[in-house]
Amino acid sequence: MNKSPSVAKYPVSWQALFSLLMYFFMYLPILVLAFYSFNKSRYSANWEGFTLDWYQKLFNDTRIIAALQNSLIVAFCAVGISAVIGTLMAVGLARYRFPGRTLYMGISYLPLIIPDIAIAVATLVFLAVIQVRLSLWTIVAAHVVFCLAYVGVVVSTRLADLDPHLEEAALDLGATPAQAFIKVLLPQLMPGIISGCLLAFVLSLDDFLIASFTAGSGANTLPMEIFSRIRTGVKPDINALSVVLMVVSGVVAFLAEFLRYRSTQKSYK
Amino acid sequence: MPVSTQISSRSTTPAPPAKSKLASIFDRLAEPLIFLGPAGIWLLLLLVLPTLIIFELSLVPDIRPGQVVNPSGFDNFCRAFGFEQCLPSKFDPTFLQVMKRTLFFAGGSTIACLVLGFPVAYWIAVMSPKQWRNLLLLGFVLPLWTSSLLRSYAWITILRPSGVINSFLQPALNPLLSILNWLIDSCNSFPISFNIPFLLPHLPLLPWNLLNDWPAVLIGMSYSYLPYMVLILYSSLEKLDRRLLEASADLGANPAQTFWKVTVPQTMPGIVAGSLLVLIIGVGDFIDPELLGGASSMTISRLIYNQFLGATQNWGFGSALSMVLILAVSIAIALLLKFGDRNAAR
Repeated sequence: MNKSPSVAKYPVSWQALFSLLMYFFMYLPILVLAFYSFNKSRYSANWEGFTLDWYQKLFNDTRIIAALQNSLIVAFCAVGISAVIGTLMAVGLARYRFPGRTLYMGISYLPLIIPDIAIAVATLVFLAVIQVRLSLWTIVAAHVVFCLAYVGVVVSTRLADLDPHLEEAALDLGATPAQAFIKVLLPQLMPGIISGCLLAFVLSLDDFLIASFTAGSGANTLPMEIFSRIRTGVKPDINALSVVLMVVSGVVAFLAEFLRYRSTQKSYK
Repeated sequence: MPVSTQISSRSTTPAPPAKSKLASIFDRLAEPLIFLGPAGIWLLLLLVLPTLIIFELSLVPDIRPGQVVNPSGFDNFCRAFGFEQCLPSKFDPTFLQVMKRTLFFAGGSTIACLVLGFPVAYWIAVMSPKQWRNLLLLGFVLPLWTSSLLRSYAWITILRPSGVINSFLQPALNPLLSILNWLIDSCNSFPISFNIPFLLPHLPLLPWNLLNDWPAVLIGMSYSYLPYMVLILYSSLEKLDRRLLEASADLGANPAQTFWKVTVPQTMPGIVAGSLLVLIIGVGDFIDPELLGGASSMTISRLIYNQFLGATQNWGFGSALSMVLILAVSIAIALLLKFGDRNAAR
């Protein structure tokens, strides 16, 4: 390895120091929440001793547990539906040329960019017009729209890296189109599908706006519960909840990135 | 590869038996319909149709008791831009100010992300050890995966009067601020010729109430979007041709000249893509202004929220504001597609 002269001259560059500072900035809020979650003091930032009380309180809080349950139901259903129809969509868009294809593609990517609030408003108004009673299932229906977009994007990137001849070879060797799809294409797409699903899952768990517009009374999701608690003041058990959720989503994020990393490694070999 | 094309052309399979015209059309459509039908119907029902409905609803004028209904239809839009009932004489800039503030928050956090994010992306993409780059990038964007509500909430605990900044920095900062204030005082008490350029105000001693005003919103938003900016700048800087940097240095340019004349032009598509993306997310942000900004930081998405779930209950006006937001974002996307690096935007 030959290093560029600037690196050799300044072993610690200002960019490295600045980056270190920014890493600290990125993790500061998380560290702060962790610090508070073990602090006995209810209101001040001064250390008044170690305690696990807030965690105990959190796990005995039935409203939080119920909201978490609702969030998980919504996320699993929305991601499950979008995994199936999103994969079909990505394959279909790659395979067929038809009039209106660009429009279809554009519409399917819209939820990635259109602000959540606009999607939330539109869905609420639509549900009011067709007079569907708001419930957990209306949240699922609304979440599928953006989960679909994320699954679609990740799967089509994966699809673009694949060798199209493998499926054709399967067809030539006597497989039916359905067999070729299930036995040849799907396994190759799996890493993309899974990492798209993980991304969609995290985003569904994180969504506050769309859920609060499309949820009926009594169908609170976790972000809605957290939002209403934050608005009524700072509560130490929310700190404990943050730490638990951040550890869990950190693990999920690591898993998703690891899967993507491994799949790109494979495709370049 | 001629061999594989021959194999894949399937010339050996026997011709399918002749079918009626209708059946063959159905056959040709069946497969694409299986693939594209379900998602298409879902998107049509829950994205396209709802958007058309809110457009229609946005044309419904606000009917309140004692108010003349103007039949023009674009009342709600006029109101959003300050003209009550589309009459230029009745100008009310309240909502225009909300839009300006929204743009200020989005633009401010975009600039902050660009200034803070560029050195980080440059360091990870160009200067850090090659085998660590993926891990370093993952480490930087990992907080993005955690709940955005909770990250804003964390900034409340940092910025509030009894929060982290005030509690931890008070002993360190207050003596420093006192010294600075003494220096400012002595500067300001110099003769007039010296005084004019140094009309410095007193610096406030801690505790500060940083919450519930625009600085808190800008801090929270910049924090939320920094990972997006770094991700996009990274993928742009990764492609930087480093031989050009060396060539520039060999030809006598100093680091600043190399940066402005070689690095920046090469990464311009990434800079444009990152900035527009952050701008788009920032314009639609609800959580940061709502939780950190207080009553003085009304933005367009908070205003829309209030029209639907708040006390106001004016769906027509809320729909019009949503249409304005969608339109603004569409313009930004059009710019992104025209000037930005499409690959970097992914």
